[in-house]
Amino acid sequence: MTALPAKTGGMTRTRPKGASFDPLFLLVCGTAATLLLSALAGIVGSLLIGGWPALSHFKLDFFTSSDWDPVQDIYGGAGPIVGTLITAVLSLALALPVAFGVAVFLVEFCPPLLRRPIGIAVELLAGVPSIVYGMWGLFIFAPLFRDLVEMPLISSAPAGSLQEKIFSGIPNGSGILAASIILSVMILPYIAATLRELFLTVPAKVRESAYGVGCTTMEVIWSVTLPYVRRSAIGAVMLGLGRALGETMAVTFIIGNSHAFPKGLFDGGSTIASTIANEFAEASSDMHTSALIALGFVLFVITFAVLAIARALLGAPKHG
Amino acid sequence: MALLDRRNRRKAANALFVTFCTGAAVLAIITLFAILFSLVVKGVSGINLDIFTMSTPAPDSRGGLANAIVGSVMLCTVAMVGAVVVGVLAGTFLAEYAGVNRWTNAYASVVRFLNDVLLSAPSILIGLFVYYIAVKPVHGFNGWAGALALGLIAAPVVTRTTEDVLKLQAKQLRESGVALGAPMWVTIQRILWRASQGGILTGALLAFARISGETAPLLFTSLGNQFMNTDMTKPISNLPAVIFQFGLSAYDDWQRLAWVGALLIAGAVLSINIIVRVLSQEQKRS
Repeated sequence: MTALPAKTGGMTRTRPKGASFDPLFLLVCGTAATLLLSALAGIVGSLLIGGWPALSHFKLDFFTSSDWDPVQDIYGGAGPIVGTLITAVLSLALALPVAFGVAVFLVEFCPPLLRRPIGIAVELLAGVPSIVYGMWGLFIFAPLFRDLVEMPLISSAPAGSLQEKIFSGIPNGSGILAASIILSVMILPYIAATLRELFLTVPAKVRESAYGVGCTTMEVIWSVTLPYVRRSAIGAVMLGLGRALGETMAVTFIIGNSHAFPKGLFDGGSTIASTIANEFAEASSDMHTSALIALGFVLFVITFAVLAIARALLGAPKHG
Repeated sequence: MALLDRRNRRKAANALFVTFCTGAAVLAIITLFAILFSLVVKGVSGINLDIFTMSTPAPDSRGGLANAIVGSVMLCTVAMVGAVVVGVLAGTFLAEYAGVNRWTNAYASVVRFLNDVLLSAPSILIGLFVYYIAVKPVHGFNGWAGALALGLIAAPVVTRTTEDVLKLQAKQLRESGVALGAPMWVTIQRILWRASQGGILTGALLAFARISGETAPLLFTSLGNQFMNTDMTKPISNLPAVIFQFGLSAYDDWQRLAWVGALLIAGAVLSINIIVRVLSQEQKRS
């Protein structure tokens, strides 16, 4: 950053002792940066190369067929791909309103005594490993969900109605909706913590002037706070979506692991990540391995797109 | 009259909004505490000395998690050593050397963006990549592969924090190095790194917290091992994989061990996070 001028005002200045090592250190640091770069390139490359046999063999069928049959070596990935998108979007739809409420509560009308403890608790919970959420989902949440939600909704549905269609499936506590709920519990602290940080960046003057002209809390949030942080807030939500898309363990425990198209919200399904986690180490044939890696490539493309949009919206982070 | 009506409507809407937000907060907090509560209740009852002294058992026999704990500590330690070396150097490049000339500047912005992508790439994909470069060529799951996968998850975190912390250092620190006649690499190592120690440590701890609970990339890199193993060239046991395997099993005692493992990991992660908080608060004070 501070390149030394060799000459200053006609006088020659001796180069500092050991300055000849500077390029070497630059090289070392640059190499470390290049390592990270090549890791990412390696990920993309290995996914593409590893998945190519399956992609070129099944071509478009890989994306349109949900026929996943390791015995006959036929693989169509539509089930997991659709499952990934559905669970991620559903979980975001469930988590976002609650996270928004939590953030507003913490910033606007939480008793000051509780503000810090709750804020810290939310941030700590954002760091709890996802496998813990998965365990909780399987052992505590699933039985409750089965008895309190699935059973009543299925048994009360009149034959042939829309309700029956939406809520069809086996009432065993696991399935698409259960997995989405667990996912939403997992991403909730993350989104809430980020939204809270964003809300706190709104200058007090701006908010107070809105209160000064007689706005209610709701009006302040809707017409002052939200417009102020809009772009970054959408970016933060997209990052939450990215997490939900790639999440493995929280989902694998409870989604039911079936490769068919889910027929209803209570039906078992699978996501790309859960399929890979379940089958990769025990893949039966080369084509099976390749199909799983091809699924991984699809997942990478989806998450990359989401992340790129999130970055663009969040703007370049304050660098340089 | 109309004015009063409108005022009442606004007040009612606001009351509804306040209720919604408070309700959301209460719901979220109850759920999150329910998770912690069941974790503690289910986990604590299973903790005894066997957990720390015996290896994972066959169903219906006595055993503990000793091999998994040792394995997890080994994998995470090796991963962190690598991640800190690479991360600190790469972060230094981004913060200090990006401005050397046009080329380094362009290169740095590419690295910065892709580092962010790596930071939030699904961890299971990192596992797939490592399987390709470190498991398939040697025809066997091994501990090094697991550590490499974890390291690849931790390194972007360290890089990011190192860059951020270095950028926060005052320009005067760099100038003081120049004034003493030190070359840039000495200035960076002796002055800037030392000044940023606390921040870099914080980043490393956060990265450590993140990888200690990572499960997905270990499933097909270091796999797991029913026995105590400290040989990194062989499959090595680790807590997350044991939780996954035992939790989904049908045996009661395996499930109990899974809960204990989950409690241990969550406890470790939470305490690291709390240490980080205390550390960064002390830095602010001094």
